[in-house]
Amino acid sequence: MKIGVITYPGTLDDRDAQRAIRLAGGTPVSLWHADDDLKKVDAVVLPGGFSYGDYLRCGAIAAQAPATKEVIKLAAQGLPVLGICNGFQILVESHLLPGGLIRNEKQHFVCRDQKLRVENNNTAWTSLFEENEEILIPLKNGEGGYIATDETLKMLEAENRIAFRYLDTNPNGSMNDIAGLTNERGNVVGLMPHPEHAVEPGFGPDTDIAMRSGVDGLRFFQSVLKMAVNS
Amino acid sequence: MFKNKKLAASGVDTTEHAVAEPDRDQPWKELGLKEDEYLEIKNILGRRPTSSELAMYSVMWSEHCSYKSSKIYLRQFGEKVTDQMKEHLMVGMGENAGVVDIGEGLAVTFKVESHNHPSYIEPFQGAATGVGGIVRDILSMGARPIAVMDQLRFGAPENPDTSRVVHGVVDGISFYGNCLGLPNIGGETVFDSVYQGNPLVNALSIGAMKHEDLQLAKASNPGDLVILFGARTGADGIGGVSVLASETFESTGPTKRPAVQVGDPFAEKVLIECCLELFHAGVVAGIQDLGGAGISCATSELASNGGKGMKVQLQNVLLRDQSLTPEEILMSESQERMCAVVPKKQLKAFEKIVEKWEVEYSVLGEVIDEDRLYINWGHEEIVNVPPRTVAHDGPVYDRPVALPQYQKALNDDSSSSLKRAENATELAAQLMQLIATPNQADKSWITAQYDKYVMGNTALSMPDDSGMVRISEETGLGVALATDANGKYAYLNPYEGARLALAEAYRNVAVTGAVPRAVTNCLNFGSPENPEVMWQFKEATAGLADACLELGIPVTGGNVSFYNQSGDVAIYPTPVVGVLGVIDDVARRIPSGWQDDGNNIYLLGNTFDELDGSAWAKDLHDHLGGQPPKVDLAKEIELAELLHGASIQGLIESAHDISEGGLGIAVLEAALRFNVGARIWLGEMLERDAIDMTAALFSESQSRVIVTVGREDDVKFQALCEARGVPCLRIGVTDATSSMVEITDVADLKLDDIRSGWVSTLPELFG
Amino acid sequence: MPKIIVEIMPKQDLLDPQGKAVANALQRSGNKEISAVRIGKRIELHFDRPITDKDMENASAQASSFLSNDVIEDVVAITKED
Repeated sequence: MKIGVITYPGTLDDRDAQRAIRLAGGTPVSLWHADDDLKKVDAVVLPGGFSYGDYLRCGAIAAQAPATKEVIKLAAQGLPVLGICNGFQILVESHLLPGGLIRNEKQHFVCRDQKLRVENNNTAWTSLFEENEEILIPLKNGEGGYIATDETLKMLEAENRIAFRYLDTNPNGSMNDIAGLTNERGNVVGLMPHPEHAVEPGFGPDTDIAMRSGVDGLRFFQSVLKMAVNS
Repeated sequence: MFKNKKLAASGVDTTEHAVAEPDRDQPWKELGLKEDEYLEIKNILGRRPTSSELAMYSVMWSEHCSYKSSKIYLRQFGEKVTDQMKEHLMVGMGENAGVVDIGEGLAVTFKVESHNHPSYIEPFQGAATGVGGIVRDILSMGARPIAVMDQLRFGAPENPDTSRVVHGVVDGISFYGNCLGLPNIGGETVFDSVYQGNPLVNALSIGAMKHEDLQLAKASNPGDLVILFGARTGADGIGGVSVLASETFESTGPTKRPAVQVGDPFAEKVLIECCLELFHAGVVAGIQDLGGAGISCATSELASNGGKGMKVQLQNVLLRDQSLTPEEILMSESQERMCAVVPKKQLKAFEKIVEKWEVEYSVLGEVIDEDRLYINWGHEEIVNVPPRTVAHDGPVYDRPVALPQYQKALNDDSSSSLKRAENATELAAQLMQLIATPNQADKSWITAQYDKYVMGNTALSMPDDSGMVRISEETGLGVALATDANGKYAYLNPYEGARLALAEAYRNVAVTGAVPRAVTNCLNFGSPENPEVMWQFKEATAGLADACLELGIPVTGGNVSFYNQSGDVAIYPTPVVGVLGVIDDVARRIPSGWQDDGNNIYLLGNTFDELDGSAWAKDLHDHLGGQPPKVDLAKEIELAELLHGASIQGLIESAHDISEGGLGIAVLEAALRFNVGARIWLGEMLERDAIDMTAALFSESQSRVIVTVGREDDVKFQALCEARGVPCLRIGVTDATSSMVEITDVADLKLDDIRSGWVSTLPELFG
Repeated sequence: MPKIIVEIMPKQDLLDPQGKAVANALQRSGNKEISAVRIGKRIELHFDRPITDKDMENASAQASSFLSNDVIEDVVAITKED
């Protein structure tokens, strides 16, 4: 199964996303931002980084790219899309997910191992998690505070569109401790933490079991592969 | 922007004018040249230099670029080398960075550099552009940069100006390094009032490549094009190199305000990807990054290295600021620029790649078959010089050297005069106090601002003793890197201080299970015009070169930063030494703290009463005097080989080197690492080594490591130590059920109590 | 040089952490009469010829669809400058 990973100028975690896909058993396909040909992939990952240097607004310029426009089109038809960190910002700027992401309350970049609760395991990217499962995923960002109007927040809560919530600490002042969202259909998921950094034993977050042994991120990619097999 | 009105008013100064108006007054002094240097330039050219040539020589002959005060000493690093040491060395000193073969057809390039003065003036941009500069050096060798580390030295923690510098520097490194997508895998942070007016910001980068990817900075084929690409050229850092790094600060504060370099990490990230694509497409014959001295350096070095010449049309440079004069363009230190030598037939391919990445470029000229660098401004010739005289044959000084007047009194003032703790309560109090001092305290407030995950290959990072990155995903082949320096030791004895820094970095690599292979250094000193500082430099370089020879690992490159002083007061001589090691499989790596229950804790090595220059003496008693600890490099080699052998057999669960703060601090750090307690007893150690408890806890004797070994491996491990003649003493056992570190005859310390002091120090000072 | 100036501010009811940080700093340095700060953007669109009504229309469209994010920002002014 082929999963595309889009590289924009300034994208940083594309190679990590590709590795995660490979470890999950899929075939990563490199996609270029200026190309609207998505090479018939079965799903797309918008990886983390600082596309266009976060100029204008994070993800704003990347949202205008030909590849992004194509993703928006296909997402409407059910293509699974995962937006990680900057990728989440691109999804929000593209209006595939509602709300906005702004600068951290504390005004500092922070890299930490973050506990999350998976609140919606009916999406293309979370089906292999238990409902309300607690997972540990690395977080690293300076602009990740989720904001939205009261109306939007009410709707998101009511429709169970909050895919992940921060536990223990809210690292960036996100409203309602929102760490990630999904769209109505469940094919588009965006989150600030980085599952692709918790996929390989020895290189993930520390756990009680052993140093750097956390691999909770792997199931994001395994979930979408399972879905493809089933469909 | 250019200061001298005379030059600006008379328009472009050409070589023709130089001949026609030989007696024009030139601002060689304002540009940082000495009179004899100015006369030498006239001698070389057979006429007075044009103002552009004067600008070029002034930046290229500055201390920072020409190493004129240090060259005669740095030669030792290339001379005190055996063939065996050179075995893995693919590129040695003199290039942008050293390159080391690590096996499997792969190589690693690494280097550490300073950006001290700019970081005092504008901490954020100074530190940011420091990272940018060293990363470009790594990139220009043909490697993909894969990690960064930084070595920071700030003033007294409570001084309000320290906070200004700390915030700016950490933000700057975080901003630039994170935006480039490079994991920060380690480094060090030291606070001492001696660095108050002269903070040290050293930045290191490593890159990885296949052997065949190696690029060099030379233009050797006449007809090849010289292309400048990347960011546009502006007024950044004009005069920075020659004016800033060769001058000391007045004691009233940062008064110099020339144009500071401003960094754009996004531009550099794009440049990295663009360059790597250019390299892999084989369209580039030579590449040089633009750092200090910008275009002056790139053109003269490429030409000189290639043994050929160059013809350049300076008006082709793409400008950010149209008002720049030719002299300013030549001196500009605008960031994120590279200079490529491209064979004509590769031009189309080159253009296609840079256009794909939306990187701007302009053809400046071409390589010529003449030992001359010609630079034109339109139809006017403004530079006509032999490139070697600019880039390589600069002045070489043999500056006066004098033993410091204070040295003998300093060395006579041993810490034995200090009162020691008289009972267990006092000992425990001192230990708790020491672990919470800024120098020993938890540095997470800083390191959490750095990305350690990006690229997915970080096997070890802070707070472990070395940073370690995987190079090959197939085999697990990786490298470990440690950087160390102790300004106090070097102040007491510069020769020994340099040896000790190397020994510590070597040991820090060995404790992870890697085998040390190569060295880089950043030598931070005061003014070379001060004979006492020059003596320190002479001693330190000799100490380092001799030690490298003894350990059998070569210096592959490095950096010298002089003029780190405010008025007459120089910083401690602070030679920072980085050691790179190779590990066949990062899965084998050894962490610095214990995770398992019931493991025996062994102390390797002997302990002597060596408290001079220690953290105990300085941070608890404000005392610095005597002689630093002795180091026996043969013992360090034995220890490293033991650790390697034990690691291959999987006998060691954790290993932590004992350095600043002594055994007491090392034990607490190892326990805090994964929050696992321990029971420690030092009675046998006191007896065997004939020392008291203060020495046991706080002495900084060398060649010592604490390791934990699983019960099932005890016998094998002890036998291994015996066979290799490494002193091995069981001093404790880990206890995962306990929330304490119990040290017999000292105290039972709660981990929570230790932790609360340890983690709160930096946030309270700077948060 | 002819230009169109687009002014963008964060939406009134949403958090402006940058503005808050600046307000705190101003108050700390003695400017107690400044009760709040909000920080926006001023974007200049340059032209090589005189600006037409169509240019203004287009600028308005670009302002609301790309130059600002209408979820978190408002376009508060679009003006012409010769």
